[in-house]
Amino acid sequence: MSILLDKNTNILVQGITGSEGLFHTEQMLNYNAKVLCGVTPGKGGQVVTNNQLPVFNSIRDAKKQFDIHATTIFVPPKFAAEAIIEAIEQNIKLIVCISEGIPVRDMIKVKNMINKSSSILIGPNCPGIITAEESKIGIIPGFICKKGSVGILSRSGTLTYEAIDQVVNIGLGLTTAVGIGGDPVIGSSMIDILKHFDADDETKGVVMIGEIGGNMENEAGRWIKDNMNKPVVSFIAGQTAPKGKRMGHAGAIISEGSETAEAKIAILKECGVTISNTVSEIGSTMKRIIG
Amino acid sequence: MKIHEYQAKEILEKFDIPIQRGYPLDDKADINSTIKRVQENFDTEAVIVKAQVHAGGRGKGGGVKYCAAYEDAQNAANSILGMNLITHQTGPEGKKVNKILITEALDIKKEYYFAITFDRSKNCDVFIVSDEGGVDIEEVAKNSPEKIIKAWINDSENSLLNGINEIISKLSLEKYQNQIEDIFRKLYRCYYESDCSLLEINPLVVTTDDDIIALDAKVNIDSNALFRHPEIISYRDKSEENPLELKASEYGLNYIKLDGNVGCMVNGAGLAMATMDIIKHYGGEPANFLDVGGAANVETIKNGFKIILSDRNVKSILINIFGGIVRCDRVANGVIQAVKELDLDASVVVRLQGTNADLAKKILDDSGINIISVETINEAAKKAVESV
Repeated sequence: MSILLDKNTNILVQGITGSEGLFHTEQMLNYNAKVLCGVTPGKGGQVVTNNQLPVFNSIRDAKKQFDIHATTIFVPPKFAAEAIIEAIEQNIKLIVCISEGIPVRDMIKVKNMINKSSSILIGPNCPGIITAEESKIGIIPGFICKKGSVGILSRSGTLTYEAIDQVVNIGLGLTTAVGIGGDPVIGSSMIDILKHFDADDETKGVVMIGEIGGNMENEAGRWIKDNMNKPVVSFIAGQTAPKGKRMGHAGAIISEGSETAEAKIAILKECGVTISNTVSEIGSTMKRIIG
Repeated sequence: MKIHEYQAKEILEKFDIPIQRGYPLDDKADINSTIKRVQENFDTEAVIVKAQVHAGGRGKGGGVKYCAAYEDAQNAANSILGMNLITHQTGPEGKKVNKILITEALDIKKEYYFAITFDRSKNCDVFIVSDEGGVDIEEVAKNSPEKIIKAWINDSENSLLNGINEIISKLSLEKYQNQIEDIFRKLYRCYYESDCSLLEINPLVVTTDDDIIALDAKVNIDSNALFRHPEIISYRDKSEENPLELKASEYGLNYIKLDGNVGCMVNGAGLAMATMDIIKHYGGEPANFLDVGGAANVETIKNGFKIILSDRNVKSILINIFGGIVRCDRVANGVIQAVKELDLDASVVVRLQGTNADLAKKILDDSGINIISVETINEAAKKAVESV
């Protein structure tokens, strides 16, 4: 078992003919992900990646030939919201948007549509999903993953890799890692992903990586306290971030008292979440709990 | 992106929102003529002189002056233009005033605080209004939160109307129903269509003639949406930005200067913050936030060094790269090349993990240059703090 993604997930790539899209499609194929085809409007009929994958003008066209379970989006930010909306309208179950820099206004519209649909959106501005030794959607490096018992969810890209590396090196291994993205408006919240991990038999413990800005970690903490049946280890980045300064992620702006790292850590502790004090203790903290 | 008050008022005017009128200037030679133009064109003896900087609290810092007559205005304008303005938002070093705005003075009956912004937790826009306008709204929010009225707006016309009516009713402003409804609608349209992340009017005033007017305006624009607003891009005032941060952005690097002496260079914003945190954990003070992004190559590493070293406080540099797509051996070669070319006197601690990390460590160890190469973030932070 795993969450959201496994070796049988049929994947489509939107923006497959762009340099990013093409490069990461090849990386996904190298990880044995079942990428079946791609979409780039106006490039229908082409074949990419050593004549393996057909390109279509639209998801609608692709669906005539393939049964698609998931799509990943490598489309420039100007057009990314439209790409997500196309996937929602075509009832794609899992939509993973890697693109960075989508206007908030566009994402509010997307979020309202997602809420009324049966699709799950991960991202945008995220590294995607990897299920160890089965499949990956997005840009998480596959070679650092080994199958095991820890689930990881994170708002940050390279911190996700760091956490994977630590749980693998300490011998616990990974079920699935999900990068949910660092933007102010994202498709899936921490709680959404925690629910999946809680229901997954193979996942024995969850690493939850947050940062300054927003209230998502606090809401997740309260949910964990009331509902979660598995141990959660959390690391919150940005304890030294100066107030009011923007630290790269659009979402990482401290505007209220409860959005600081200190406030989040205090709330998570109250809710029974174990805190990893520094970034280097994520793996060892989890090891101590689930051994 | 932040813009100046006078620029924000230009945007408001396009949406037909009544503003306190005036003219900006940046040359002392234009002071006298500008005061006269304001007095004549807007039929006013008294004027207000306002410093134009990207920071709040200008009034308290002495950057806004009411001037009853021409000579007062001359004096105020001459002293404010070019002054170093220190407010709670400029930091202790203050900001040089390169532009001022001279406006008409209005007879004010009542001041309100007004803002529209995005509420992440509710995933919709929110109107924030208070009848304690014109002052530090953060103080009001802290000391008397009941005086802050919030109304959440989703995409529907209905919710906008309900929100406006709720505010009118809570502030007992029924007398101005039509005027307020009209102005609030225009303000929301302005916020929505201009891709604002914040539209703040503090104060929005009722004059003795019962006109409702935006006396001040603070507008932040979603940087990701600037492609839709070429006219707003031209409002960017680079003199308001930290010169090092500006230079870094030209290199494609995301850099924020801090006050410590341990410089750091990291890929990814989250890992960069975590690296700053662990430096602090071991008793050091980070000198900066620097995210080199997804494409850490020889050139970005070299530029990163240049930016970090422009800060004379830096005594040691910690490089922390997790190579996912990035190959660590390439990063290692970039570090060696940069250290050789730039003739460093700060010590350099390097931690490379991920793709080809072993090869990268060998390259660094064999290079013969003075670099401390370590395997874990823990060690890296300890070494970087020790070597200050």
